[in-house]
Amino acid sequence: MSRYSAWAVFKNGLSGQKSWERAWRDPEPKTHYDIVIVGAGLHGLATAYYLAKNHGLKNIAVVEKGWLGGGNAGRNTTIVRSNYMMPGNRQFYEHSLELWEELSHELNYNVMFSQRSHVSLLHSPAARDAAARRYNTMRLTGSDGELWSLETLKSEIPHLNYDNARFPIIGAAVQKRAGSARHDAVAWGYARAADQLGVDILQNCEVTSVTRDADKATSIETSRGTIKADKIGFAVAGNTSRLWQMAGLGRLPIETHKLQAFVSEPLKPLLDQVVVFGVGGAHFYISQSDKGGMVFGGDLDWYKSYAQRGNLPIVQDVAECATSIMPCLGRVRLLRHWSGVMDMSMDGSAFICKTPINNLYLNAGWNYGGFKASPASGWYFADLIANDRPHDTIAHMDIKRFERGVMIDERGAGPDPKLHG
Amino acid sequence: MIRINCPFCGERDHSEFTYGGDATIVYPALDASIEEWHDAVYLRENIRGMQSETWHHVSGCRMWLVIERDTMTHEIQSVRPAHDAIAKALETEQ
Repeated sequence: MSRYSAWAVFKNGLSGQKSWERAWRDPEPKTHYDIVIVGAGLHGLATAYYLAKNHGLKNIAVVEKGWLGGGNAGRNTTIVRSNYMMPGNRQFYEHSLELWEELSHELNYNVMFSQRSHVSLLHSPAARDAAARRYNTMRLTGSDGELWSLETLKSEIPHLNYDNARFPIIGAAVQKRAGSARHDAVAWGYARAADQLGVDILQNCEVTSVTRDADKATSIETSRGTIKADKIGFAVAGNTSRLWQMAGLGRLPIETHKLQAFVSEPLKPLLDQVVVFGVGGAHFYISQSDKGGMVFGGDLDWYKSYAQRGNLPIVQDVAECATSIMPCLGRVRLLRHWSGVMDMSMDGSAFICKTPINNLYLNAGWNYGGFKASPASGWYFADLIANDRPHDTIAHMDIKRFERGVMIDERGAGPDPKLHG
Repeated sequence: MIRINCPFCGERDHSEFTYGGDATIVYPALDASIEEWHDAVYLRENIRGMQSETWHHVSGCRMWLVIERDTMTHEIQSVRPAHDAIAKALETEQ
């Protein structure tokens, strides 16, 4: 398949844009693959790509019950950042951000990654102290981070609510290398790049059961027939517990909750950064897409749910947050909103690990943070599957950590999945 | 909006309530093994379908309720007070 380039754009322009090849094949499932990844979301596609690219493996399939970009890949607010502090998370998310910085070149697909700064508003001296600690930790471990005074913030983002706010803004913690990307392009880019390396992407292929022979998973039953596999990886947000039970493995430290996101009608350029507001129970994040829509979101819907549709109290809550920090949005109309189902884990952190079944591997529990994590998640999950041992960076990201009493709880919220926002 | 028929207050919006969690979790004895405690605190069935769960009518009667609700359709099958003695007293009264 040909590479995308300025020359290809020019050449296809001369033939009326009718000569473009399809971006990836639509193959029939084979009866056997060396490796099958369940879930063609960003994590599953990235895993397949890095298995082929970094480890030179062939005969890989990714099975997907719906279509590419139909799950959480297309149901997020596209924010990329690495302002995590806990040991382990720090290195992992930093690596992810480094992968993002080269991703468009790596995939030969413009994922529109825009390092436009991630600005967390601060509302109290205590919050500023906590942010100073976190962002200093980031600086000491090879990342970037800075604290903005109120004057700097006002000059950079003049239209936040600086007067008469319920929670007055006193400054901001900023990561300049953070930003946003176009989520569909990330799915399509990974799919195309993996396909070019020989990966079969099987859409409309829902897993209905997992066949086991003692401590080995031998095959999966799907809506497109039986597929045998030497190694199987699960990378399905939201439905991880169901697959886990299909494999006869019992319960997981995960609950499924839904998270809504919103986009407004397109506006002229208004907001150059990703802005985050979180104080006194409020939680809100907003950026402006390249098309002009304001993209924003807030908290979970607060009760366990597998339904990919949101409830109204959160619409109200998010709208209140929006108008309280950016009153100028008061008369902007909402274009659409959507809801995705999240694996909310017991400590708010993810799992990339081996399982009680020798040839089965787990990638799950991404909570709110799956989008930014997807390149590194695929990178380390591929490394785990290829080498059958966890890389040092993800050694702590296993489901056994609760037995050891070593939680990775960035928020300090305790073992209640809905609180790990 | 989910409408919850509180046995004490009548039918109300779910925004008056706080979600507790899986109502089938039973904590083991204080001196039980660390494995039993681990399972009770951290592991969840995470059912897609009808599940028994606790809700707190925090902006109403402040009673804890056990609700059977479908986690896919949000349909509610039953609502009862979480404390058995209160549930029984309510039944007797009716």
